Amino acid sequence: MTDITPSAPKGRFAKIIDSDIFFSYRTSPVAIVSSIVAAILVLAAIFAPWIAPYDPFSPRTLNLMNGFTPPMSESMLGAFFIFGSDHQGRDVFSAILYGSRVSLLVGVSAVMFAMILGVSLGLIAGFRGGLTDTVIMRIADIQLSFPSILIALLIFGIARGILPPAQQENMAIFVLIFAIGLSDWAQFARTVRGSTMVERQKDYVSAARIIGVKPIFILIRHILPNVLGPVLVIGTIGLALAIIAEATLSFLGVGVPPTRPSLGTLIRIGQQFLFSGEWWILFFPAITLVLLALSVNLLGDWLRDALNPRLR
Amino acid sequence: MLAFIFKRLGQSIIVMLAVALISFIMFRYVGDPVASMVSQEATIADQELLRERLGLNDPFYVQFFRFIMNALQGNFGISYRLQTPVADLIMSRLPATIELALTSATIALIVGIVAGVFTALNRKSPIAAGIMAFSLIGVSLPTFLIGIGLIYIFAVELQWLPSFGRGQVVDLGWWRTGFLTETGLRSLILPAITLSLFQMTLIMRLVRAEMLEVLRQDYIKFARARGLSKRAINFSHALKNTMVPVITIAGLQLGSIITGALITETVFQWPGIGSLFLSSVAVVDVPVMAAYLIFVGFVFVIVNLIVDILYYVVDPRLRVGGSSKGH
Amino acid sequence: MANKLTGIVAVLLASSVMISAANAETLRWARQSDALTLDPHSQNQGVTHTFNHHIYETLLDRDVEGNLQPRLATDWYVKEGDETVWVFELREGVTFHGGEEFTAEDVVFSIERAKSDNSNMRQLHADVVSVTAVDDYTVEFQMAGPSPLYPNNVTNTFIMDKGWSEANDLVGVQDFAAGEENFAVRNTNGTGPYILTERDPDVRSVMTVNENWWGDAPAVTEIVYTPISDSATRIAALLSGEVDLVQDVPVQDIERLAGSPGIKVETGPENRTIYFGYRMDDAPLVSSNITDENPFANPLVREAMELVVDRNAIQQVVMRGQSIPTCVNMPPFVAGWTEELDACPAVDVERARQLMEEAGYGDGFSVTLDTPNDRYVNDEAIAQAVVGMLGQIGIDVTLASRPVAQHSPLILNNETDFYLLGWGVPTFDSAYIFNDLVHTKDGNYGTYNIGLYSNPELDEKIQSLGTMTDLEARDAVVAEIWDQVQEDRVFLTIHVQALAYAMKDGLTLAVHPENQPRMTDVVID
Repeated sequence: MTDITPSAPKGRFAKIIDSDIFFSYRTSPVAIVSSIVAAILVLAAIFAPWIAPYDPFSPRTLNLMNGFTPPMSESMLGAFFIFGSDHQGRDVFSAILYGSRVSLLVGVSAVMFAMILGVSLGLIAGFRGGLTDTVIMRIADIQLSFPSILIALLIFGIARGILPPAQQENMAIFVLIFAIGLSDWAQFARTVRGSTMVERQKDYVSAARIIGVKPIFILIRHILPNVLGPVLVIGTIGLALAIIAEATLSFLGVGVPPTRPSLGTLIRIGQQFLFSGEWWILFFPAITLVLLALSVNLLGDWLRDALNPRLR
Repeated sequence: MLAFIFKRLGQSIIVMLAVALISFIMFRYVGDPVASMVSQEATIADQELLRERLGLNDPFYVQFFRFIMNALQGNFGISYRLQTPVADLIMSRLPATIELALTSATIALIVGIVAGVFTALNRKSPIAAGIMAFSLIGVSLPTFLIGIGLIYIFAVELQWLPSFGRGQVVDLGWWRTGFLTETGLRSLILPAITLSLFQMTLIMRLVRAEMLEVLRQDYIKFARARGLSKRAINFSHALKNTMVPVITIAGLQLGSIITGALITETVFQWPGIGSLFLSSVAVVDVPVMAAYLIFVGFVFVIVNLIVDILYYVVDPRLRVGGSSKGH
Repeated sequence: MANKLTGIVAVLLASSVMISAANAETLRWARQSDALTLDPHSQNQGVTHTFNHHIYETLLDRDVEGNLQPRLATDWYVKEGDETVWVFELREGVTFHGGEEFTAEDVVFSIERAKSDNSNMRQLHADVVSVTAVDDYTVEFQMAGPSPLYPNNVTNTFIMDKGWSEANDLVGVQDFAAGEENFAVRNTNGTGPYILTERDPDVRSVMTVNENWWGDAPAVTEIVYTPISDSATRIAALLSGEVDLVQDVPVQDIERLAGSPGIKVETGPENRTIYFGYRMDDAPLVSSNITDENPFANPLVREAMELVVDRNAIQQVVMRGQSIPTCVNMPPFVAGWTEELDACPAVDVERARQLMEEAGYGDGFSVTLDTPNDRYVNDEAIAQAVVGMLGQIGIDVTLASRPVAQHSPLILNNETDFYLLGWGVPTFDSAYIFNDLVHTKDGNYGTYNIGLYSNPELDEKIQSLGTMTDLEARDAVVAEIWDQVQEDRVFLTIHVQALAYAMKDGLTLAVHPENQPRMTDVVID
């Protein structure tokens, strides 16, 4: 999409938006707080190897006898765990840092993939209409006729069939991104196509067409900005959704290997200890996931208002 | 109008065929049904014999054709796991899922629209901000965690509500309902809330956003200028105009209700088709999985059709599909 | 007048008390999954057998120690003068739920049905050539050769009524390919202590006591059976008083349940070992960075692995005490088990590293471990713990964790280098382990010999076990085979897993070694 962006109009457009957004940002405490929380979580994930007190996956530091140590206390072997340790003797805090990495990587990649695919197809379908529209939207229908978890299960299953068993675990994360991304694009396409169809009927588009503006320019310059709001809302919800979808797939037993857990896998593991009193194994990863999803959602919410000039 | 509906029907049939193909392909790749049907001691020869008898060694298109022909007759074969006809299983589980889905959808729509309108009209109020924040926490938690949390609080700690199942059910012909008994209704509460939370949030956010959008429009300003009461403007003008996207999304959200039902039904041991499907996935019970996917595809095609027709009715400016060519 | 009224009230009260006493013995029983079918010969699967044992009965039964007990057969012996014939004398005066009398014809019919093509039980009766009714209450089994241990194979083969079965077209077992439902899948007519009154697969089944049962009247008069697949929900149902007995209790919840007022937990070992196996042939591993040879084929590597796996730590942390660490792939219930075989070497990481060095793998190697994650108690966590331990000697293990439905095909097709498996021994005899796990993979033998271990000398000995009638000589051969298996380290055995049943106070039910509890054994205080 970027390679077809005309530079001059985009630059002017971006400049206005940027300054407006900056103003809106300074005046919105919710935006400031949520962006700070999100930034901390993202940075902590990126710099996990330098921040984490333990490497939770190194067999050299891992000792089963450290298992089930409560938060802020020392294990039998004298190791200290700020958020406690899990059933494998792993430091929950370090596992969360590394887990956030996996979750963010899966979430962001999956949403980017879904967004690029969905927005492009939605724009084309809505603008071109006719057979193109029919074909794209029928494919979207098929995709939407299966709940995203089912699609992800399906892709996972097919990948399991195609990849040799020895490769499956190493490829799991890519399969996951592909599966979640592919199960989510139709939402973008449907929304963008609907808005595009409404926009296309409007006088300014007709006028632009009459004076011979190329369709691609109309799409980029006039229609894309107008559909960006809903896309961003779907995208932000989508990011949280992708992270949760990953957790749900883990709950169903398909996901990243438990030796390299994501936040979702950590929650699935912690859930087993809900009734037995080791609350920290579930609580801290769950809180991290909620904070991450919540701050992203709040940011998106604010962004939607800020991007929509008519709402100011 | 009729031509439009016929055209969409034709497309729907193609979609259903594609769904059938996809669901069929899936089963050729997810696990091995034979391995899940045989016992610890079965030999390789035994398995090969069973594979042959099940027709799993036939060419792909032969198996697919057989599958389609049988499906058209409502024959989805015998469940490998439960050894009963799949059609019977689906029919006996369907009422539970439909009752749960309808209850959740109703809760989601009513609460979602009311909360959406409220938060749109009272943007600055702390209550609205609280509702928004709460709704975001709601979507930020995985369904299974919400369900387990509710069970922990309301069934284990407080012991107010049952933790699993449908309670006492009453047979109305082939329809087994939980609506008519007290335990049935009490059992419905926790799963219905769990399942509705997500849709509720989406509908609320959508209604709020659309209301805000519409309220900025000129004709609303004009209506205000004409001196129409605030109530009349809000509800007969503004809300009415937010309904197009709400219909679309609510229709599409039926998908999420069914996905969510997979998880919710499993957590609450709700005897619907979602839990039937998941227990079938675990043992690769191919006939049940096939029937379920086709059923889900069918529901969606119908919903999409209705949404499209409603679009057509509600907003005549939209010429859906090829009919816009002449304009 | 007043007296008379009081009298009536007293009578009413008394009768209502009696009624409630009679009704009060309902037991609400929850476990993870439902019986797959009610057809007694269709599935050789524990959960299904457990359910069916309440409705149908077998010729012989096994007590909690694993000893054979009379049931529908009151006596059994090898025919005098012909050691290839087993004679079963049947219980008289037993009737089916439908009122039909139980006779030798029913046994002949049922065994033949169990031997038929679609039966899942036929492996157990493969050596039976023919079954004949000598008279109404005596049956003779003609075996292919001397089969001293055959009675061990009849404890899960249920007896159906011949007349009822023929009337309902049940001569064969459910045929999946036929596309029709077999009547026996949802309908029952057994001789057992309970009669099925309601059946909704996966949801709820109700059984009421059979007043005409030949045994002592059980304390529980009605069973409401509810499968609840999610562990947290199942435990919640017990904690909130919605069920009385939970069979599949996760080990981590035992302590909490035992500490909860009104609930108690019974634990005990299951007749099943959990072990790791590895490919032992010479072909290089598929998932390893060593591509020219198979590190597992080197005995030094296997010894190093044996030394670095800390079974006690797994028992304490992963299993929370609910397991019996062992180094032999055989539960203590099995004939052939000895304390010497069971003993484990002390964990010695230094020595293990040295062995790896000697074997030429000082820098270690990589491999993928396949484990199921929904089959055995904490299977995935055990595998994870072992991954960590093997990491200490440089074996870099990638863990591939799958539901058992996807794990089994890998196992059966030998598409794994390194795997976790559990093995139950329904015959309580070592030969069952040797036949499937140790014998070279060949025809009916070695189906689960995933490591492709092959020792022709052992194969010969294993095959000879089937027909040996001198039990003392047989025991000696069994011991020889075990010694060789241990020396070659064919298995990396971890433990015998324990089971836990949680129930409300006032009930008592001991853990059954085959995890097939009978509600007739429930004692109500």
